[in-house]
Formats: sequence, C-alpha cells, structure tokens
Amino acid sequence: MSAADTVGALRARFPKDVIRSHVVCGQDVVYVSNDKAHEILRWLQEDPAQQFNYLTDITCVEHRDAERELEVVYQLRSLNRKVDLRVKIGLNPDGPLVVRSVIDLWAGADWLEREAWDMFGVKFKGHPDLRRILMWEGYAEGFPLRKSFPLRGHWSRSEQTRQALEANPEAYYSLEELSIAEAYHELPLDVRERLAKAGKVLP
Amino acid sequence: MGLSPLPIDRNTTHESISPNWVTTRLDFLANWGRANSLWPMPFGTACCAIEFMATAAARFDIARFGMERMSFSPRQADVLICAGRLPFKLAPVIRRIWDQMPQPKWAISMGACASSGGIFDNYAMVQGIDTIIPVDVYVPGCPPRPEGLLYGIMLLQKKIMGETMADPSLRVEQLVGPDGLFRRPEHIDEISEPFGNSVHQTRSA
Repeated sequence: MSAADTVGALRARFPKDVIRSHVVCGQDVVYVSNDKAHEILRWLQEDPAQQFNYLTDITCVEHRDAERELEVVYQLRSLNRKVDLRVKIGLNPDGPLVVRSVIDLWAGADWLEREAWDMFGVKFKGHPDLRRILMWEGYAEGFPLRKSFPLRGHWSRSEQTRQALEANPEAYYSLEELSIAEAYHELPLDVRERLAKAGKVLP
Repeated sequence: MGLSPLPIDRNTTHESISPNWVTTRLDFLANWGRANSLWPMPFGTACCAIEFMATAAARFDIARFGMERMSFSPRQADVLICAGRLPFKLAPVIRRIWDQMPQPKWAISMGACASSGGIFDNYAMVQGIDTIIPVDVYVPGCPPRPEGLLYGIMLLQKKIMGETMADPSLRVEQLVGPDGLFRRPEHIDEISEPFGNSVHQTRSA
C-alpha cells in the first residue's frame, strides 16, 4: 500500500476535510482543514493500515503572492511501511496563525513547533513550552522568516547590537532549563545533596 | 555585566613616566616575553575554527610562536581569536569572555564573517565583531589559510613589540557604556552598512 492509497483512504474517511491533494516530485501532498487536522493526523498515526509513526519535520511555507495561504507542513513517515506523506494546513497570513499542537501524538514535535513559532509566529495550541528556540529569549523584532520581515531586520544595526548586548543568556539558558527536577533521581548523590541544599529542587 | 571601569588619574600615574633608556629596555623585555608566549582563547564558531585547528596542529604548528597553550578559560588568556561568524545571540557571550580576560589582552578577528559579517548580511549576524569588542588584527579570507592566520599572529607580535608602558591608554578597558554599546551608534551603523554584492540583495518591505 502506497502513499497514494493513503490519500484515497483519507478522502474516504474525512471527505469534507481533505481539501485537495497532488503529487510533487513523487511526494503525495494532502491539504487538510485546520479544524480537523489534529484528528486526521491522529488517525494517520494510529490507524493500523497507516502507521505514520515518525514525524520527520514540521515547518511553514509563506509564498511571495500575498493572496496565497501560509502553509503549516507536516512531513510524516511510516517506518514499518516505508511510506512518506506530506500534510499541509493552509492559514490566512493576516489572520490568527493558530493550529493545534501534535506534541501529544509525536513527542518529537516539541522543538519543531518551537522553531516554527520562532521563525513564522505560528501558535501551536496545547504546546507546553512554546518559546523561541533559534533566536534568543526576549527577541522582539518579529518573526524572521515571514515575508513582511526585511532581510536585515526592522531596526538599525546599532539598535540590534544594543539589544543583543543587553540580553542576559544565563537568565534563560541555565541549568534549570535542563529540567533537573525530572532527572533528579538519576543524578549522583552528591549533586542531589548540593541541589537540595541550594533549594533548587524539592526532593 | 562586565567590569567596572577604573578611573584614570591623568596627573599622577603612568603619564608622568616619559620614555627613557630604562623604560625602553624594560618595554623591550616585557614585550618580547608577551609577544612570544601569547595564550589564545579560541572562540571558534564556524569553518574558520577548522583552519584554526589546522594552524594549531603539527603541520603549521602554532607552537613555533609560543601559542600552543590554548586557554579555554578566558581568565588565563592573552589573545581572543574569534574564528567564524558571530550571531547576535553570541554577542553578549563574546563580550563577557572579553571582559573576563585580564590585561594585557588582544583580539584577532579571523575570517571575513568575524571581520565584517561576510556573506551573512542578515538580521541574525553581527556585522563585524569590532562592534562588540576592540580588535587588533583582522585576518581576511573565507576561511583564511593557516598561513594567513600565522601572518596575522606575526602582525600582532609586531604590534606588541611596539607597545610602551609610557602609553597609559593601551591597558584601558573599553567597556560597554551606559547606552548599552561599546562604540558610538552612528559608527556601528556606518561600519555595518551593506557593501559589495550585498548592496543588491532584495529587501522585502
């Protein structure tokens, strides 16, 4: 069973929500509605005939034509079936850019969704920790990969330099970020004692 | 973040020393020692760091210049070698490293990206690390060959041999000022202006 069969099965299962589909360079691409996207992705992952158990990438595409939609792209792969499928959600570039997070389906979506948020400003509803990942915390210039963002940024170089020098990396990228709390019981005893003494972790 | 600037008393301290036979001999001795035992702080962020590693390895052998002792702690370093492009995200980091290095200290900007932003004339990249820290020697190239870096190192040694303790300005910390910048903003804007081919880059909006 190939990706084309998957597209057929998708159309049969969700007739109203599969908007269109086509093949690009041998890759099946399905456009689905934003409302049902999470349900469709869940079905693709869980259905025994589909088994798309690997999320290769989440990214976005904004076209130069202003009337075209901004697309959120999910690149899926079934490791058992050796089949790829690309699922796209079209959004209005001017409207609210909100889709549902798929972190409950593929845990690996965590950083991919953070990157899409960082670069395009697409909000992933339900993501537990949606913040910037490539640009630094507190970066206020906008979302760099949007077409409305000038290549050299909105601000003058001196202002960018000032903002960059003002940033305090240690306030955001500290040991706390590594979620010591979760790994607490795997840490060596002396580290645990030190952390407990510093009041960093409640044992 | 950083050190507090030391007030320089213009009337009493170094400026009262005028160059004479003793100070110039002492200068020679101190500079000879400094120039031939520079401990580099390698700040490698990109492909220039690969060339830097080649420079440090056996074939080009940076030990011939007394620089084989890489100082991965800025506290023991003499010369900061920024090998590679510097994104704005790393600007406060290299500034902190520079502030942590004790005097006397020097900086080499290795490669086109560290010196001018190179091909990365975009929103994320510092357009020359001299907008963040003072630089002594610029090594052009993309990346520079080890010979190029060695030539830059020899230029730095030459520069050090020309220093004198009669000049008090050499050891003044150039800190980030109250306006949050280390240079005047109009200077940063001017040296960050697009040049060469990047003048023709399309700007959206």
